[in-house]
Amino acid sequence: MVAYVIKRLLLLPLLLFIFSVFAFFVIQAPPGDFLTSYIAELAASGTSIDQQQIDALRQLYGLDQPVAIQYVKWVTRVLRGDLGVSLDWQRPNLQLIKDRLILTVSIALLSLLFTWAVAIPIGIYSATHQYSWADYLFTVLNYVGVATPSFMLALVLMWVAFKYFGVSVTGLFSPEYVDAPWSLGRVIDLLKHIWVPVVILGIGGTARLARIMRANLLDELRKPYVEMARAKGLPEWQLVLRYPVRLAINPLISTIGWYLPQIFSGSLVVATVLNLPTIGPMFLRSLITQDMFLAGAIVLIYCCLAIIGTLISDILLAWADPRIRMEES
Amino acid sequence: MGEEPVLVPPGGRAAAEEAAVPLPGVEAKVAEAFYVAPNWKLVWWRFRRHRLALASGAILLLVSVVAAIPGFFATQDPNEAISTELFVPIQAVHLFDGGRLRPYVYGVRGERNPKTLRMEWRIDPSQKIRLRFFGRGYPYSVLGLFQWDRHLLLPEEQSVRVHLLGTDRLGRDQWSRLVYGTQVSLSIGLVAVFLSIFLGILLGGVSGYFGGWVDLVIQRAIEVLQSLPPIPIWMALTAALPRTWSVERVYFAITVILSLIGWTTLAREVRGRFLSLREEDFVVAARLAGCKRRRIIFRHILPTMASHIIAASTLAIPVMIINETFLSFLGLGLRPPAISWGVLLQEAQNLQSIVLAPWLLLPGLAVIITVLCLNVLGDGLRDAADPYH
Repeated sequence: MVAYVIKRLLLLPLLLFIFSVFAFFVIQAPPGDFLTSYIAELAASGTSIDQQQIDALRQLYGLDQPVAIQYVKWVTRVLRGDLGVSLDWQRPNLQLIKDRLILTVSIALLSLLFTWAVAIPIGIYSATHQYSWADYLFTVLNYVGVATPSFMLALVLMWVAFKYFGVSVTGLFSPEYVDAPWSLGRVIDLLKHIWVPVVILGIGGTARLARIMRANLLDELRKPYVEMARAKGLPEWQLVLRYPVRLAINPLISTIGWYLPQIFSGSLVVATVLNLPTIGPMFLRSLITQDMFLAGAIVLIYCCLAIIGTLISDILLAWADPRIRMEES
Repeated sequence: MGEEPVLVPPGGRAAAEEAAVPLPGVEAKVAEAFYVAPNWKLVWWRFRRHRLALASGAILLLVSVVAAIPGFFATQDPNEAISTELFVPIQAVHLFDGGRLRPYVYGVRGERNPKTLRMEWRIDPSQKIRLRFFGRGYPYSVLGLFQWDRHLLLPEEQSVRVHLLGTDRLGRDQWSRLVYGTQVSLSIGLVAVFLSIFLGILLGGVSGYFGGWVDLVIQRAIEVLQSLPPIPIWMALTAALPRTWSVERVYFAITVILSLIGWTTLAREVRGRFLSLREEDFVVAARLAGCKRRRIIFRHILPTMASHIIAASTLAIPVMIINETFLSFLGLGLRPPAISWGVLLQEAQNLQSIVLAPWLLLPGLAVIITVLCLNVLGDGLRDAADPYH
């Protein structure tokens, strides 16, 4: 088990290198260097900057040097924990992201939990009651759930809630708590709001997962050991839950690897529609205003979150399924 | 167990296997036909039993016709903005009048709200606007081949305008925009999937056929790409496209960007098939008979996988369509004046517009129906292509 985890960890530096190159590409992509747009922005807001300061900045970022050196300078700064300053917000990027990261990750994790909590019972029910009307209903709902883009769900929900119930489901906090420091009241207020994006994000994944669970369990239920247990007189629910379900859940664990990135993707769009204070809308805005150091930093954060997600799913899988541990070592 | 070759001559391995397990409910007389049926026919027979997939296929055929000649279905130029007709509500088509097929819509009457100074439209049942099939309207080009001016449904009087799905904030006709958007959204899905198939077959095939370190590198690359959240990556890439690019260039750039991640799923599928087929008797036989690698791959392995590739690609199209919708919705995909479902949904991005004009959400319904049908069709094809599941 330990050897397996270490093996996975050894791959990390390589991945981080690739991702940092990509993030740096994002920063470099727009025409002209960022200093030009910075100066333009300052000029637009009426303040001027003298040549000396420009030169100092140029020196700091190595803008007059080859791209490779600029990259090295940027990476060293990132490793020291300096993600640069946002031109748009006029604040350090790290601080901007840190505030929103917790909410982003909590929404993702909660919707992962929601997905599992709903998909597994549905999958079990559908498989044990194959071709019943409930199974057909779930199948139809699953198809519709997969086909509905999450932002459509958000838009429709927003509209229905406003039109028929007169409530607004946007944001994560009531107005009086938006800028308040963390307190018990703020947490309770957050819990009152957070379920909306969590459910919206979870629906598509729930549909997919329930289908996988159903198929896996159906495969297991046809195996002789199930027949054997039934012949021995084990109560049906115990028989299903004890053996086939356990085996059918294993492949689901490996889906976390691709499902977490999907959640982060989806949460970006949903958060934009619902106007949530997560890193998604900030990323969109940074791309539109060409605040590239912030955009690059967020890309890097997304990649890191993805690595952590894959790592966790690999470890969980090895923990749950001894066959994988054996195979790797 | 591998798959049967597609288009094997009658009485081939596939037919023999199929006959050993006759389909339930098929008469003994008909069962004889299995002995002589080529594989594509067997696949078709199995597919035909999947009613839902057949129905989805029919709907998609209709959508494709709309996508091929949107001008015929449009009632007016999709980019024509009429400033006096903002946010006109849906004018539903009534096909029958007094038991006869005489389509009409009710007219609308606008009144300016004295408080908000906004035009408020009301459907006016006293005013019937007759519609005509195949009337002459604005000229459009059919597949870039020739000009035509016939339209499916037009008001009888040329001066009257009808808005079957209402208008948006600039007074553009949403129905006409929706049919043009269908063309762009559907074709972007198709083109992106074709690119993905190409990359997927190439890299997946190379990975599966050669094995060893080539396989290792490609598999790791796929893993890394699949572990990344795709939308932020696509957003970062599309944001880097120069703003000065023409609509066509942006369109192609986006298909390329979408397929940069999309190929991984197909490559996995292809690799898995290659691995299992490589050990199959007919491949071993071909190798022993002295066939070159290229011939084995292109004459023996790829045709055998064709039905699976088609099924997997069908399932990949809806993913592409949804992703394009996401990107355009966020304003980072196609940009106006291009029209796609995502661009149309951009109009419904905030609560105020939806409350004012709920019909702006309708392009979302088009997305859902199309994606739903493609998924059902893809599942049906996959089941038909693989009798062992």
